[in-house]
Amino acid sequence: MENRKNLYTLLVYSENVAGILNQITAVFTRRQVNIESLNVSASSIPGVHKYTITAWSDEDQILKITRQIEKKIDVVKANYFTDEQLFIRESGLYKLSTDKVLENPEISRTIRRFDAHIIEVNPTYTIVMKHGITEDIISLFRALDTFGCVLQYTRSGRIAVTRGMQEQVSEFLEERENG
Amino acid sequence: MRALQAEGVKTIFGYPGGSIMPVYDALYDYTRGEKKCFDHILVRHEQGAAHAAEGYARVSGEVGVALVTSGPGVTNTLTGIADAMLDSTPIVVIAGQVPIGALGTDAFQEVDLVGVSQPISKWSYQIRHAEDVAWAVSRAFYIARTGRPGPVVLDFAKNAQTEEIDWEPMKCNFIRSYVPYPKLDMNAVQKAAELINSAKKPLALVGQGVELGNAQSELIRFLEKADIPAGRTMLGLSALPSNHPLNVGMLGMHGNYAVNLKEQECDVLIAIGMRFSDRVTGNLKTYAKQAKVIHLDIDRSEIDKNVKTTVAVVADCKESLPALTELINENSHQGWRDSFRELDKKEREKVIEPAIHPKEGPLRMGEVVNMVAEKSADDAILVTDVGQNQLFATRYFKYHHKRSICTSGGLGTMGYGLPAAIGATFAAPNRQVCCFMGDGGFQMCIQELGTIMEQHVPVKMILMNNHYLGNVRQWQDMFWMRRKSFTKMLNPCYEAIAQGYGISYQAVTNRKDLSAAVEKMLTTDGPFLLECAILEEDNVLPMTPPGMDVDKMMLEV
Repeated sequence: MENRKNLYTLLVYSENVAGILNQITAVFTRRQVNIESLNVSASSIPGVHKYTITAWSDEDQILKITRQIEKKIDVVKANYFTDEQLFIRESGLYKLSTDKVLENPEISRTIRRFDAHIIEVNPTYTIVMKHGITEDIISLFRALDTFGCVLQYTRSGRIAVTRGMQEQVSEFLEERENG
Repeated sequence: MRALQAEGVKTIFGYPGGSIMPVYDALYDYTRGEKKCFDHILVRHEQGAAHAAEGYARVSGEVGVALVTSGPGVTNTLTGIADAMLDSTPIVVIAGQVPIGALGTDAFQEVDLVGVSQPISKWSYQIRHAEDVAWAVSRAFYIARTGRPGPVVLDFAKNAQTEEIDWEPMKCNFIRSYVPYPKLDMNAVQKAAELINSAKKPLALVGQGVELGNAQSELIRFLEKADIPAGRTMLGLSALPSNHPLNVGMLGMHGNYAVNLKEQECDVLIAIGMRFSDRVTGNLKTYAKQAKVIHLDIDRSEIDKNVKTTVAVVADCKESLPALTELINENSHQGWRDSFRELDKKEREKVIEPAIHPKEGPLRMGEVVNMVAEKSADDAILVTDVGQNQLFATRYFKYHHKRSICTSGGLGTMGYGLPAAIGATFAAPNRQVCCFMGDGGFQMCIQELGTIMEQHVPVKMILMNNHYLGNVRQWQDMFWMRRKSFTKMLNPCYEAIAQGYGISYQAVTNRKDLSAAVEKMLTTDGPFLLECAILEEDNVLPMTPPGMDVDKMMLEV
C-alpha cells in the first residue's frame, strides 16, 4: 500500500539554546525527508523559540519525525498539522524591471488583481510584495513571468499559528512548572 | 572534581591529554591521600574508556564516566557513545576542548565535538566557562540516568578548566522541556488489562527496560498472576531468571525456536521495555499480524515506530507493571504454555544438544559456553563481544541474577567485550565476570590487556578462536555462495601475548580437557585467558534469515 503524501507543518517549540536547529534538521536528514520551508522566530512565551517547518510526508513518517524531535532534551513541544488546522501566511518578493512595467499596463493590473503591493520604485527596478498562501504567491510569479519582467523572485518560509485559542505550549509549561 | 563527587561518581575510566590536563592535575589529589574519593582507571585507548564506562553502568545501574582529551581522544570514544545510545546505557563522557578563544580556528586537537556527537548522544553540551561547570555536570548526570537512559557528552573548554570561581554546588532534578517519566495513563492500563484478561494465548516480550527500571520483581508478579509465558530480548536476558517456569527463551534472529514461532500465533503480545528491533521482528509486514499488541515503554517515540500497537502504556515499567498487575485476573494458560514444549523439544534435539554436548570433532562454542555456565558462580556476569561468540554465549549462558549481561545489542560493536568486562568488574568486584570473545573482536581492543595487567582486573577471558570472522563467514556460506571474502584470519600466538602482559593462560584443543581448564580459569586469582580451539566453520542456529518472517526460522542449514 502506497502511503499518501501530504504537506505537513510542524510547529516546534524549544528552549533558546545553541544547536537545536541542527538537531531538528538532522531528524529529517536521517530519514531523507526534504524540508520545504523553515522559519525560526521568538514565540509569545519568553525564552521559547518557535520553529515552523513544512515537509512532504505521509502521516506515519511525520508522526515518527515529530516524536523524535520532541525527544530532544531542549525541545519543549513538537506537533504536526495539516493546512486546515492552521492559519498560514507566506510572503513573496518580486523584483521587476521598471521599463517593462511602464511598457505594459497589464503588469500593473496583474499586481492589483493579486492584491500585491508595490513597495519601492526607481528608474531601474520595481519591488512588489505579496502576502498569502503558497499557491497565490507562486501564481503571481507565474503570471508576472509571462511578461518577461521578473529580475528576481523569492518566497519566504511559512509562518503559522494554530486555529486553537492558546499557544499550545503554555499549558504544558504551566503544568510542568507547577506540577 | 567536586561536581563529580556530588553526583556520587566513584570510578572514572580515562586517558589524559593536552586539553584535559587541568582536570587530570586536580584528579591527582582526588585519587590519593586524604582527599581521595575516586578511582581512576587508565585505559589503553579511549574507545576502551567508553566501553568500560558502559560495562560499569550496565552492571551497577549507575552512570559510567569516561574522561578523555579533545580531538582524537574524544573521537575515539564515539563508537562507545553510539553504542550507549542504541542500548540505552547511561554514561557521561567528559572531554577536553581547546580554549574558547581558539574554537573554530582548526587549533591543535580541535574537533567540533558537539556537532559530531549530537546525533548519537542523548545530550551534548559545551562548557565554555567555569561558572557553567556545576550546572552542566549535574544536568548531564540527571539526563544520562533518568527516563530512558543514554550517553551524555560534555565538551569542556580548557579555559573553563582553569578559571577560578566560588564553588556553588548544584543539583539538577528538573528540566522543564524534558519529561523523563511520563504520567501513567490509567485508561490505557485499563484497556491493556482488558485485553490481557480476554487473551487465550498471551505472550510477553521482555526487554532491557525492565532492568533499567529495576522492575524485575514487578515483572515476575505480573507474569505469574496471569500465567503469561515470556521471551526476553538479548539485552533483557537477565530481567527474568533463566530457570523461571514462565521463561520461554530468547527472542530474535538466533533466539529460541518456540518463542519465534509463537509470536506468529499468540493473540495478545505484551511488549515490556523493548523496542521491536529488526533483529527481533524479522519481516515487519508479517510480524505478529494476528495479535493485539500492548506496548509498555518509557519512551513515547518507540510506540508505533516499528510495530503498530493496540494499546500503548507510556510510563516507567516500575510503575506501569504493578498498575497492570492490579487490574488483571489470575489466570492459567497451561495448554498454551505446554504448546511451546513440542517446539522446544525439536530445538533441543536438532540444535541445542549437538551444540552443547557434541560427541566428536573439534570443540564447539556452545559446549564451551555451557561448561562455563555450569561451573561459574550463580551470579556470574556474562560479557560478550559481537558475532558468533555473542550468539552462542547469550543462548547458552545462565541468568539467575539481575543485571548479569553486558553485550552490544544495538550497534553490534566488535571490540566491546574486553573493555566492557573491565568496567563490569569494577562495578561488581565480588562477582565473576566471564567475557566471551572471538579472535576478531578480541583483537579490536586487545590493547586493554594492558589495563587488565596494570589493575590486575580479574576478568575471565574466553577466547573462542576459529580463525574466522565467524558470523560474516556464516552469512557468506549461507547467502553469498560460499565466497569467503576476507573472513579467514591469520592469528598471532595468544599465549605469547598473554605472557607479555603477565596474564595466566591456558589453551584447550581437546574436549576431554575443557572441564579442567574452565575450572582452572575460574579458580585462578586475577585475570585469565582461556583460548579454545573451535570448530572453524560452525554455524549459529537456529536462524531467521535477515528480513524473513520470524516463523521461517531454520533449525538447520
